[in-house]
Amino acid sequence: MMFADQILQGIFLGAYYALIACGLSFLFGVMRIINLAHGSIAVLSGYLVWSLAEHFAVSPFLALLAAVPVMAAAGYALQRTVLERSLRSGPLIPLLSTFGLAVVLDNSMFQGFGADTHSLDIGDLAFASWSGPGGIQVGQLAVLTLVVAVALLGGLQLFLTLTPLGRAIRACAEDAETAELVGIDARNVFAAATAIALVTVAIAGAFLGMRATFDPYTGPTQLIFAFEAVVIGGAGSLWGTLIGGVVLGVAQNLGSQVSPQGFLIGGHLVFLAVLAARFVLAGRDWRSLVRARKPASA
Amino acid sequence: MSLLAVENLCARHGLLQAVRDVSLRAAEGEIVALVGANGAGKTTLLRTIAGSHRATSGRISYDGAEVAGLRANGRVHLGIALVPEGRRLFGNMTVEENLKVAGANGRRGRWTIATVLDAFPMLQPHLKQRCGELSGGQQQATAIGRALMTNPRVLLLDEVSLGLSPVAVNAVYESLQTVIGEGRTTIVLVEQDLSRVMRIASRIACMLEGRIVLEGKASELTREQITEAYFGLRRGEGGARA
Repeated sequence: MMFADQILQGIFLGAYYALIACGLSFLFGVMRIINLAHGSIAVLSGYLVWSLAEHFAVSPFLALLAAVPVMAAAGYALQRTVLERSLRSGPLIPLLSTFGLAVVLDNSMFQGFGADTHSLDIGDLAFASWSGPGGIQVGQLAVLTLVVAVALLGGLQLFLTLTPLGRAIRACAEDAETAELVGIDARNVFAAATAIALVTVAIAGAFLGMRATFDPYTGPTQLIFAFEAVVIGGAGSLWGTLIGGVVLGVAQNLGSQVSPQGFLIGGHLVFLAVLAARFVLAGRDWRSLVRARKPASA
Repeated sequence: MSLLAVENLCARHGLLQAVRDVSLRAAEGEIVALVGANGAGKTTLLRTIAGSHRATSGRISYDGAEVAGLRANGRVHLGIALVPEGRRLFGNMTVEENLKVAGANGRRGRWTIATVLDAFPMLQPHLKQRCGELSGGQQQATAIGRALMTNPRVLLLDEVSLGLSPVAVNAVYESLQTVIGEGRTTIVLVEQDLSRVMRIASRIACMLEGRIVLEGKASELTREQITEAYFGLRRGEGGARA
């Protein structure tokens, strides 16, 4: 029963990871950008929701509703001012520029909000739970997180398949130059995609603040979990990200059963195992991972 | 008046000047064929007209307006569409999605999924199939259909027969005949098959090392003249103009 409970709680935890990984996966799928500022932007939107909720004395859910258009606009601006320019200079520059952005954001938040930890006040929902068979307790917030994660990732997938903008995003993701040849303004489409990604980050940031506390330097840890979920699930695949998040969450929870330090180690081990498995399945010699790359080895 | 007029156009790939001082006109409904050896600058010329490649100098006017400053998507909205070399389909998307994405972002007009399927009936059974899984001929048909979905007035076709079997080439051209037969679409096409060019084109321009070295009405040019220009056999005499 203990293990069943751990796996169940792992799934709920994984749903949160999937939620936070959603925007990272989406941006990578569309633009091949690994946004290293992802975690910091999630924390920033956590602060935004917190500020709105405190200032207007409203529920964080209402504040999130107001934060969504702000983050969408920020996404549009982020693409047009930072990502677009850096993408033009090669695939490595976005890594550097988003890393720089993360440093700027983290320290600006420290400057603005101080070192105090914050969390969003959602009243009873924070600890309310339903009792299941065998004494298993299921947190209501955890269930809400799972529902939102499935709805968001599934909705995004449907959006990409069924809507004209979704199809335009996929066309640009495959071949932006040809997309322009069928009349698509690729720059606008990429900016819209980044806006959508930041909307998902806004939601993830709100859930971060609801389920735990955050401070200005919480971002990088969130980024690592999101990154691991994306890689485990297969880069750029939204359903894969959901599965990746769940696998990571279950592995961490099972790891914590083995040893008190096992929580993080369990997650990292699964991440590395999946990475190695992909490497071998792709037909490459795993030993080339540790060896220096030789020019003609491809 | 010419619908499309290119004047003194130059385009480069780094240090290589691929298109040198090219002037070319196409009147409404005309079919202009570009012939020339590999590397003569035909593809770069088409890509520069479409807006995929930046012109270093020269003018491209379309319907009386200068379009050289517009990006490719802006030119599509005016009515210039390119079927790029190598087809460049969105391989992870279905045939239908490829057509739809062009239809949603191009101009409105008589070309819809239904009319494209009338012209290219071979696509009908493959609508829900991903383009990456299609045969070369079906892919080429999809690529032309996708360009038509933007309802162009000028259709630029870059080597539609490249890499296709003779049977597939015939099928593609047979379908293209619907477009050509209507006479409402101006076509600039690159094609290596000279006898086909002489059959369907109203005007032929032969390119050599980035320049147009021979240009004239298809009916007035002989195969020998074109072959000479193609290989640059009379370069010492300053080129021919018919």
